Amino acid sequence: MGGLNFSLLHDPFDAALFVQGMRYTLWLSAASIAGSLAVGALGAWLQFAGGRCTRRAVAAYIAVFRNTPPLVQLYFFYFALGPSLSALVHGAAHPQPLLGNVTWAIVSLTLYAGAFNIEIFRAGIEAVPAATREAAEALGLNPRQTFRHIILPLACRTSMAGLNNNLVNLIKTTTNAFAIAVPEVLYAASQIWSEHFNTLEMMLVLLAFYMLLVGLFSAAMQRAERRLAVPGWGQA
Amino acid sequence: MKRIWKALCLCLLGAIAAPALAQAVKPAAVLERVKTSGVLRVGTKTDYRPFGFLDPAGKIVGLEPDMAANLAKRLNVKLELVPVQTSNRIEFLQQGRIDVMIATLGVNDARRKVVGYIEPFYYASGTSLLARKSAAFKRWEDLRGQPVCGVSGAYHNRPLAQKYGAKIVAFPSSVEAENALLTGSCVGYAEDSTLLGALLGSDDAKWAAFEAPLPVQDLLPWGIAVMPDELDSDWGDFLRQSVRDWHRSGFLIALEAQWKLPASDFLARQQAAAQAAQ
Repeated sequence: MGGLNFSLLHDPFDAALFVQGMRYTLWLSAASIAGSLAVGALGAWLQFAGGRCTRRAVAAYIAVFRNTPPLVQLYFFYFALGPSLSALVHGAAHPQPLLGNVTWAIVSLTLYAGAFNIEIFRAGIEAVPAATREAAEALGLNPRQTFRHIILPLACRTSMAGLNNNLVNLIKTTTNAFAIAVPEVLYAASQIWSEHFNTLEMMLVLLAFYMLLVGLFSAAMQRAERRLAVPGWGQA
Repeated sequence: MKRIWKALCLCLLGAIAAPALAQAVKPAAVLERVKTSGVLRVGTKTDYRPFGFLDPAGKIVGLEPDMAANLAKRLNVKLELVPVQTSNRIEFLQQGRIDVMIATLGVNDARRKVVGYIEPFYYASGTSLLARKSAAFKRWEDLRGQPVCGVSGAYHNRPLAQKYGAKIVAFPSSVEAENALLTGSCVGYAEDSTLLGALLGSDDAKWAAFEAPLPVQDLLPWGIAVMPDELDSDWGDFLRQSVRDWHRSGFLIALEAQWKLPASDFLARQQAAAQAAQ
């Protein structure tokens, strides 16, 4: 192997650890992408249709989650909020976590990326021409129907580029879950290199894994963007 | 000005020559020196609770100072505890500033070249588990499939996962791992037995409901150290005899309990061996 020690290839324990790591990374990514899209759509709808108080609440949520580092949020959820919640439910004498570290990681990543998604969707919504909205109104659609059938589909299409950026970022941010011992790929890699001292090799494997994962994801997103493109609207 | 230079040069010369001189005048027979001067100088730790640490009054106390006191009592001399650190403890011995070192020194081959280890060894540390008393673990096998906190990069993580099927949850540092244990995210915390012993012996209320119930794994013995040339002298004989007595009489087991360390298998086995040899 030319002096390089890819222990993954000859050590079944390491291989199993890394495969499990890939599974966790994929699960964290998929769950938080789905969650953040839902949060983004809900938030954008509330900002579009809600009253002044609702809009302020959404704006406050965005401010909190966009202005603080995702690692700090994760620590806050896992080490501060989690124990306080479980103390409330089970009593301080018998600590028993309500949610595991994987769930907390998904919750934290969802809320973090969701805040950005709201802004991305808002930009998309604002890009829908006022004339189109008025036309929907003239056809007798109520605000909810207008949002669901006219504005959201169009807004989604214009949001695709920004969304792609944010979701790629989200996939890479899943490595933060390492800090609360979620056994994703970075965790697996660090366990392996602390034992075999093959940091260089494991770093190469990690970089290749993320190149591939993010590459596949953005390719899929671009395809979706092209298929959903409204003919004659934008360059996609 | 000239005079100052001269003084400086002399000081420098002295600094260079002193260690060599100290080496040269070091008496070959430590036991002889201790008896004539009436003082036994023992190097101990001051930062390794409960093996050697400072009490609120600034006095050096702990399990190893107690061993040193017992040596002084056997010799009927005064005890002088000399604080040493991990980084300088062997130099203290080499420079003759202490007669014997009892300072959490683990046995390894590199050190065998520079110090003489008194055998039998007096203690051993290894991998242990901190868990809630209510969990009532009896054997390491009880951890199969259970989340066990640890620190990322610790050498025992893999054997615990492979041999006993524990689900190791490794955090970046011990602070996060302890926190996760306290908040119930893991059933136990795998760490060096002496570090866990120190946590349990610290009288900190948050560890009151915890214990280290499992036998310590992968033992590394600790030895009393003297200069290699003293190993076969009457000084070495005296120390070996003392440690043997300690094992036989249960002195070390009593000290371990007194300093609130979990009872170790190592001491129990050494006692059985010492009593059988009698």
